[in-house]
Amino acid sequence: MALSHLKSSSSRSNLVKPVAAAFSLRRLISTSTDPITIETSVPFATHRCDPPSRTVETNPQELLSFFRVMATMRRMEIAADSLYKAKLIRGFCHLYDGQEAVAVGMEAAITKKDSIITAYRDHCTFLGRGGTLLEVFSELMGRQGGCSKGKGGSMHFYKKDSGFYGGHGIVGAQVPLGCGLAFAHKYNKDDAVAFALYGDGAANQGQLFEALNISALWDLPVILVCENNHYGMGTAEWRAAKSPAYYKRGDYVPGLKVDGMDAFAVKQACKFAKEHALKSGPIILEMDTYRYHGHSMSDPGSTYRTRDEISGVRQERDPIERIRKLIFAHDLATEKELKDIEKEVRKQVDEAIAEAKESPMPEPSELFTNVYVKGLGVEAYGADRKEVRAVLP
Amino acid sequence: MATIFQGLGGAGAAAAAALTKSFNSKKLLLPSSRRSLAERKASSLLVVRSDGSVNLNLGSSNGRARRVDQLITNAVATKADTSSASSASKPGHELLLFEALREGLEEEMDRDPHVCVMGEDVGHLGGSYKVSEGLAEKYGDLRVLDTPIAENSFTGMGIGAAVTGLRPIVEGMNMGFLLLAFNQISNICGMIHYTSGGQFHVPIVIRGPGGVGRQLGAEHSQRLESYFQSIPGIQMVACSTPYNAKGLMKAAIRSENPVILFEHVLLYNLKERIPDEEYICNLEEAEMVRPGEHVTILTYSRMRYHAMQAAKTLVNKGYDPEVIDIRSLKPFDLHMIGNSVKKTHRVLIVEECMRAGGIGASLIAAITENFHDYLDAPVVCLSSQDVPTPYAGTLEEWTIVQPAQIVRAVEQLCQKLQ
Repeated sequence: MALSHLKSSSSRSNLVKPVAAAFSLRRLISTSTDPITIETSVPFATHRCDPPSRTVETNPQELLSFFRVMATMRRMEIAADSLYKAKLIRGFCHLYDGQEAVAVGMEAAITKKDSIITAYRDHCTFLGRGGTLLEVFSELMGRQGGCSKGKGGSMHFYKKDSGFYGGHGIVGAQVPLGCGLAFAHKYNKDDAVAFALYGDGAANQGQLFEALNISALWDLPVILVCENNHYGMGTAEWRAAKSPAYYKRGDYVPGLKVDGMDAFAVKQACKFAKEHALKSGPIILEMDTYRYHGHSMSDPGSTYRTRDEISGVRQERDPIERIRKLIFAHDLATEKELKDIEKEVRKQVDEAIAEAKESPMPEPSELFTNVYVKGLGVEAYGADRKEVRAVLP
Repeated sequence: MATIFQGLGGAGAAAAAALTKSFNSKKLLLPSSRRSLAERKASSLLVVRSDGSVNLNLGSSNGRARRVDQLITNAVATKADTSSASSASKPGHELLLFEALREGLEEEMDRDPHVCVMGEDVGHLGGSYKVSEGLAEKYGDLRVLDTPIAENSFTGMGIGAAVTGLRPIVEGMNMGFLLLAFNQISNICGMIHYTSGGQFHVPIVIRGPGGVGRQLGAEHSQRLESYFQSIPGIQMVACSTPYNAKGLMKAAIRSENPVILFEHVLLYNLKERIPDEEYICNLEEAEMVRPGEHVTILTYSRMRYHAMQAAKTLVNKGYDPEVIDIRSLKPFDLHMIGNSVKKTHRVLIVEECMRAGGIGASLIAAITENFHDYLDAPVVCLSSQDVPTPYAGTLEEWTIVQPAQIVRAVEQLCQKLQ
């Protein structure tokens, strides 16, 4: 009964308010796939291509799922911050809060057959690709239950079955790898693309331009995504790059500049880029985004930028707030319900942390596993091999 | 421009079936890869060691291992009943080392459509040493790829392709150029299997010529085996004859681990008769070149020939050196090396890389740690001088180890005998 009324969109807003208290109706709305059209906040800037439309199609289900996933990512990163300060996470920890829209928008535009590769700010991308909170926290704390069995750490998250290729520590090294992934897609003829993410700091690496040249020559379906958070470690972009218009630096390769704090703009751009890459080869996307934390946990993030700047961006451009406003504008949920979702997310994160703390440290024998693949019977015993066994394939 | 593209699918398999060669199974000395997987799993693991002994290790079915009598390991087996033998006086076919590499490469590309080659000038030009000649015409531009001069990125791309399951062979036109790709080789190729907890592996082969050539200058005479040897997770092999070049190339391509295959610029025109039937060399095994009693000479790549030349002189002087081509630079075949040390009690290492941090240095450490009790004299290591290779011919000659130096070193080591 209520559902048929929902379908007539013109009377929907009148109907929704009187039955706001009906809990069951909210659940119907949150799974509804009625189309909603949204305009992106900022127009796309282009280089050698035509921009995609500013009008994005979405639906209540997607909006609420965006909110939930981004809230999970945000809470996960903040929890990682506390864990690091409690010395449960050691070494390097690069946090992604503020940039969630890029991970979420990209996932919405592609499938798990497409590959994503990124650098070390990879916790949220891993989550977006299907990783679980337990795997994230276990890996961060170096436990067996981690996605890399505790042997990788914060910078080495991988998920092979959903096409997430990591997780790399050396700045810029992942871009040629991403082009190699695209080469494999082309070789296997599987109509999938590879997204190679890098930052504004890595945009000045020579290997990026080498890989771009080869990709353009061989028409590889690769999309280079520059997550421009305006600071390469501690150096602002205008001090590191002669030309901070990263989307134009591909020269012969088309480029698109996107508001990276707007998940729908990201989604639209990624959809457009995927179509382009499959047809005509590489394209560069520049995501204009921002990170609230410093470069890593050992960087306070306030020595090279002002606190006013950080809070200004948080006020005006926060990706989760944008989704929240959209949800209210389309009457998809009340404030209380969104707060409930946030509380639920917080609880999930806390439970995952508690479970991860229970996970044991890796066994000492794990030190020597996975150095070589056992395919040919090669095992790493150290220099004195008592026996040579040849297993020919 | 018309290109013949053979992607995945039936084409590769059909070509592979067509290449199956017949051979006399009674003379099965080395396992054949043409048998089906089921057959191979059911059959035993046949390990033929270079010195002729054979271990027939029955694998998972039952744990008995029995020792089989000495088999002749000379792979050039006499086949009285094949018609091909009638035309040639000896079985097998003669070819040069680079042709042997190409044969191995071609056989593997036929066998598995995932194998592809990338490097500078490998496609239309056929490779600067002609190792991939003719392959681009046969397999198309997507399987034999000409890259721009960008070692860092095309090695990275090869590794990226390998983690998805392709089996690329990355050629460095000269091994020295791969220094530009060191980050990719060390940090990703060697380490991603470990840091991903086993999710990804890198079945890549990185190959190319290195070593001191004829007055090529310092930057083009590099020996990178010493730089790469610490990288965990990679295997390194050095080929020295057409026989082991083809065998090691095939084994490297089939290996699931990243393998760096070191060739030598001056060895590409070596001629040898190799078997017609398919064979593979064990990647982790050393090769007994000349059995002996008085001293163990461990060597690899081009220095094998200097050692053998010295061995001729030494035999005339009454010594009996044992020459072993270690072939596997990482990991070392300490089984064969150890047995040799136990027999001769004296070790001389002859290598072309530099003394500081070289392969010989690691080998000395390994031998001293493991076989100290069997040594009658300290291990002697003859390496190239720790200098950039000069251009002048005479100076270049003095940079590397010459046979006369090997003879003198053996004489000094064995002076107790005289």
